[in-house]
Amino acid sequence: MSSDTTAVRYAGIDIGSRTIKLVVVDGTGAVLETFQADTGFDPMTTATALIAKVSFDKIMATGYGRNLFELSFDAPTVTEIKAHARGAWTEFPDARTVLDIGGQDSKAIALFDTGKVKKFEMNDRCAAGTGKFLEIMAATLGFDLEDFGAQALAAEKDLLISSMCTVFAESEVTSLIARGEDRKEIARGLHTSVIRRAAGMINRVSSDGPIVFTGGVAKNPCMVQLLAGKLDREIRIPSDPQLAGAYGAALLAAEAGA
Amino acid sequence: MTTDYTSMWQELGLDLAGHDALLNVLGTAYTDIYLSQKNRPEGMGYFDFVMSEVHGLRIKELMDEKAAGRKIIGSYCVFVPEEIVLAANATLVGLCSGADFAMEKVEQLLPRNTCALIKSSFGFKIGRVCPYLESADMIVGENTCDGKKKAYETLGALVDNLYVMDLPQTKTDQTRDLLKAEYMKFKTAVEELTGVTITAESLKAAIDVVNAKRAAIHRLSALRKADPAPISGLDALLANQVFFYDNPARFTESVNKICDELETRIQEKTGAFPAGAPRILVSGCPQAVPNWKLHMIVETAGAVIVGEESCVGERGTRNLTADTGTTVDEMMDAIVDRYFEVDCAIFTPNPQRLDHIQEMVTAYNAQGVIHYGLQFCQPYLMESIPVEKALEEKNIPCLRVETDYGMEDAGQLKTRVEAFIEQLR
Ligand code: SF4
Ligand code: SF4
Repeated sequence: MSSDTTAVRYAGIDIGSRTIKLVVVDGTGAVLETFQADTGFDPMTTATALIAKVSFDKIMATGYGRNLFELSFDAPTVTEIKAHARGAWTEFPDARTVLDIGGQDSKAIALFDTGKVKKFEMNDRCAAGTGKFLEIMAATLGFDLEDFGAQALAAEKDLLISSMCTVFAESEVTSLIARGEDRKEIARGLHTSVIRRAAGMINRVSSDGPIVFTGGVAKNPCMVQLLAGKLDREIRIPSDPQLAGAYGAALLAAEAGA
Repeated sequence: MTTDYTSMWQELGLDLAGHDALLNVLGTAYTDIYLSQKNRPEGMGYFDFVMSEVHGLRIKELMDEKAAGRKIIGSYCVFVPEEIVLAANATLVGLCSGADFAMEKVEQLLPRNTCALIKSSFGFKIGRVCPYLESADMIVGENTCDGKKKAYETLGALVDNLYVMDLPQTKTDQTRDLLKAEYMKFKTAVEELTGVTITAESLKAAIDVVNAKRAAIHRLSALRKADPAPISGLDALLANQVFFYDNPARFTESVNKICDELETRIQEKTGAFPAGAPRILVSGCPQAVPNWKLHMIVETAGAVIVGEESCVGERGTRNLTADTGTTVDEMMDAIVDRYFEVDCAIFTPNPQRLDHIQEMVTAYNAQGVIHYGLQFCQPYLMESIPVEKALEEKNIPCLRVETDYGMEDAGQLKTRVEAFIEQLR
């Protein structure tokens, strides 16, 4: 291993329910490489294939699959909460609030000035208010997930969706379609309901200042716009919001390895 | 192999197949959670034995007591005074149940949104798998939370020996009188059941026995203040759980023996966890055997639990009963005074609990508090929010957990607990 800090390579791997993300940084925290793959049915095989593509000196794992990874590769782990916090704070050092909406969970995190986690809230066991919820609803409405936000944005108004439970919301949506309601408006209503919940979580951890929005759902333009409108706070999106967790883990690997 | 207790279980009317299944689950859980721990005090061997014989030898002892004419009284709450029971030459056992059983049948009798504790107590009855319950000559219910209050109405139809005690929900002179009246009534009921009249002498002796048991637990708790913690939270929780059904004198002796060992460990700086491990106080709903879920998740993540602000823990054992009375009435007053201090969330308002949580944080040098709420437990879930707020104002991190006995949320809970521990490091 070289003593030159820029030559040492630190990796962070975020094993999520939908995708696995890998980021490699140097000793200064500069991003060298990034990779992403669908988790599939066998996360460890996907993870093994991903890390075979890159060279690194140290790796840190995060995401729901972190413990499996720890067992297979004897690597240190960090929770998604700390990893996202670190990734978001490094890119936006003045931010004290992070919202992460991933495939299977969502969380709001308040930070100290030092970037340390002060308090967090996480959705409970069901998929309500997560990427999974949006995915299922997009499918029910017949939209592509990538296009779901843009379609919702194009709606003239919100249709109120009262249930947050995925199962109930799905039947609510089905009956709205049957009633001949506009699909875009239904889509917007669904986005609004996810935002209502996210805003509630944020308000429980922090009341002002900019919010860094991470996770795959931050790529959805309708979510970003509705969140900004609902909270009247500035929303910042990392260069690749989905990589924030893996990036944070890589930075933490560098910190631990230094 | 140990003794075969099948015929005893059969006599008690247990459902043998269901009971076997329960014992299997219990045994596996105990091996996985308890025996896998590292650096345990040797004295925990006593509790390993107790747990391996929890439905065996201990029940045999109770059956022998019954054969000799002694009565067994089962209770679901720390408000049932053991002093009165012992003074009438009877034995008190805790019936609080910490595992799901026969849930489909339970949900025919109770709404789904009933706390796991109440559902479990019904499951054990309907499933006929709890030898303590089946051996009891009297089952004492108490009007505490709405869930329990109403559940006892239904339980009354399932058993023929239910005695329901009323309890106040506020703390004033009048409600203290009410508690006194209820305890006097209970005393009469126990005397009628046993045919034994409680005397100043027997009551004094009973107070001493129960106080000794509490004092032993106080001693154990105080030793948990050390860093490194000489005993895991799981092991200390187990001692607090066994408190409810072991023979009191033997329990006291065994806990004191462990304490001797822990004192040596502290001197030698031997810990169940390394020095500097994050220290957590758990506060909230009671954790009855075999509910070890939260402690297991916390301690496998590398933090150590240093105290339980819970009825299976310090809320239940906090004060001794004053032993200065000379007449039965004076001693009954002392008992009432002692129990009236219990700061259960069914009381309104309940500021003492918050004070105690903060005192415990300081005393045990805890860096954070996990508030343990059983899903659908209104009293504790309601209190968890002001508790969290008050702690945060003092910069004491608090994690509010709402869960049940199932394992479906274990992964999510683990992530939250691990993130909380990261916060404390
Ligand atoms: S929490 Fe309240 S109702 Fe439950 S055992 Fe304790 S004192 Fe009794
Ligand atoms: S845990 Fe809560 S709801 Fe359940 S019996 Fe105790 S006080 Fe009642």
